[in-house]
Amino acid sequence: MTTNKPIIKKESVISINDLNKAFGDHKVINEFNFNLFRGENVVVLGKSGSGKSVLIKLIIGLMKPDKGTIHVLGNNVPELNSSELDEMRVKIGFLFQSNALYDSMTVRENLEFPLRRHWIKTSKQDVNALVIEALTNVGLPETIDMMPSELSGGMRKRIALARTLILKPEIILYDEPTTGLDPITGKEISQLMLDIQKKYNTSSIIISHDINCVKIVANRIVMLIDGTCYATGTFQELENSKDPKVKQFFE
Amino acid sequence: MLKNIFIEVGLIARFTGRFFVEVFKPQFEFKEFLRQCFYIGNKSLPLVVITAFIMGLVLTMQSRPTLLEFGAQAWLPKMISVSLIREIAPVITALICAGKIGSGIGAELGSMKVTEQIDAMDVSGTNPYKFLVVTRVMATTLMIPLLAILADAVSLYGGYLGCNIKGVVSWDLFWNQIFDTLVFGDILPSIIKTFFFGFVIGIIGCYQGFNSSKGTEGVGQSANSAVVISSLLVFIIDLLAVQITDVLNLN
Repeated sequence: MTTNKPIIKKESVISINDLNKAFGDHKVINEFNFNLFRGENVVVLGKSGSGKSVLIKLIIGLMKPDKGTIHVLGNNVPELNSSELDEMRVKIGFLFQSNALYDSMTVRENLEFPLRRHWIKTSKQDVNALVIEALTNVGLPETIDMMPSELSGGMRKRIALARTLILKPEIILYDEPTTGLDPITGKEISQLMLDIQKKYNTSSIIISHDINCVKIVANRIVMLIDGTCYATGTFQELENSKDPKVKQFFE
Repeated sequence: MLKNIFIEVGLIARFTGRFFVEVFKPQFEFKEFLRQCFYIGNKSLPLVVITAFIMGLVLTMQSRPTLLEFGAQAWLPKMISVSLIREIAPVITALICAGKIGSGIGAELGSMKVTEQIDAMDVSGTNPYKFLVVTRVMATTLMIPLLAILADAVSLYGGYLGCNIKGVVSWDLFWNQIFDTLVFGDILPSIIKTFFFGFVIGIIGCYQGFNSSKGTEGVGQSANSAVVISSLLVFIIDLLAVQITDVLNLN
């Protein structure tokens, strides 16, 4: 299995500074600093409950930080109003851990949903072409009129990914993309993420503790321990680390 | 305990306040509103019709012996029409709808919440409150009065059959007696209160679903709380309605 090579750092698309988020007395994110560069896949590695999902929900604006800035493509997310947030979210795809496909809608309606924005004007033919392109990208064009309940776990993940891709986002946030999948399907999804990175030059933050997935997709790994950016480096660098807190993830 | 009740009431009031802000904001989710009207109105129709018919029939049959003691069986249509139109048909319809629609909305939105579908909607640029809550609350507010009016008619028909089981009352005489008895002061307040019944059933179902947590257990709790709280509120509104009609000399 080959690992994804480090990216030459150029333009920063996400820049997080002194980020803090607490729930009651429990500090989940504590003085977190981080940069994501264009075309780069960064995996955020950490224990369950360490605040990884909170971090990406803060980036997409589903939660508000207590302190700190999150610049996404030049905009500070906590300061955006709802319409500015909406415009920013067109450029960011979010793959939910549970896929979050709408049960009551067909695959086609699920994929069309992000195109409902009133300021996106597309003809019926264009919408159809976009849906078919997104489904072809994930290798499931035949499922277009099926309901999510008729699909397997791996297929649902692919459809969720297709919905994420339909607006051709510049940044994709993956929340545990291979959790709950068998190793073979997990590897296929990881490969798909890599193909998307290459095809559209997307930048991604991937939350995962599936070490096989991490090995395939990561250009760089960030260790989220005690709410801070504890360590950063390539897969090989962190795998060979002497620090027991880092090493335990690779054993 | 008491503090928690006040907090809950405050949160429900804030949730309801948001409805009045969002309902006037564009864009209007007309298609989803119609879908909900169809679902709420059409799917509850058989249950409401059957229950209303039985209530009319049973009330008539049980009232007959008491009136017979006074030789006043000729007053049967008059008496049952006032009972059914003013109280029984609207309240029974509201309680059935609280059980069927309220629990359905609570469970549906609750499972959407725990499977992150509501977050996905937010990320996809669709205001989930507007798409899910406003459409459902408007649909219940409009459909439950229509169902209650239908229940009025069907329960009176049940009453007609009930009168003819042990006696003979012609179709014309039955309806003439009813329309001679009923005045606008009987019909109008009973229809107006059903709009409020519909509103609370919708808003409580949505509130419980929208604030669902703790996985599948939470979904069950949401559905259960939606039924219990909305049924209780139906009775409280009924109590207020009778006080108001009393003040207005409509009793």
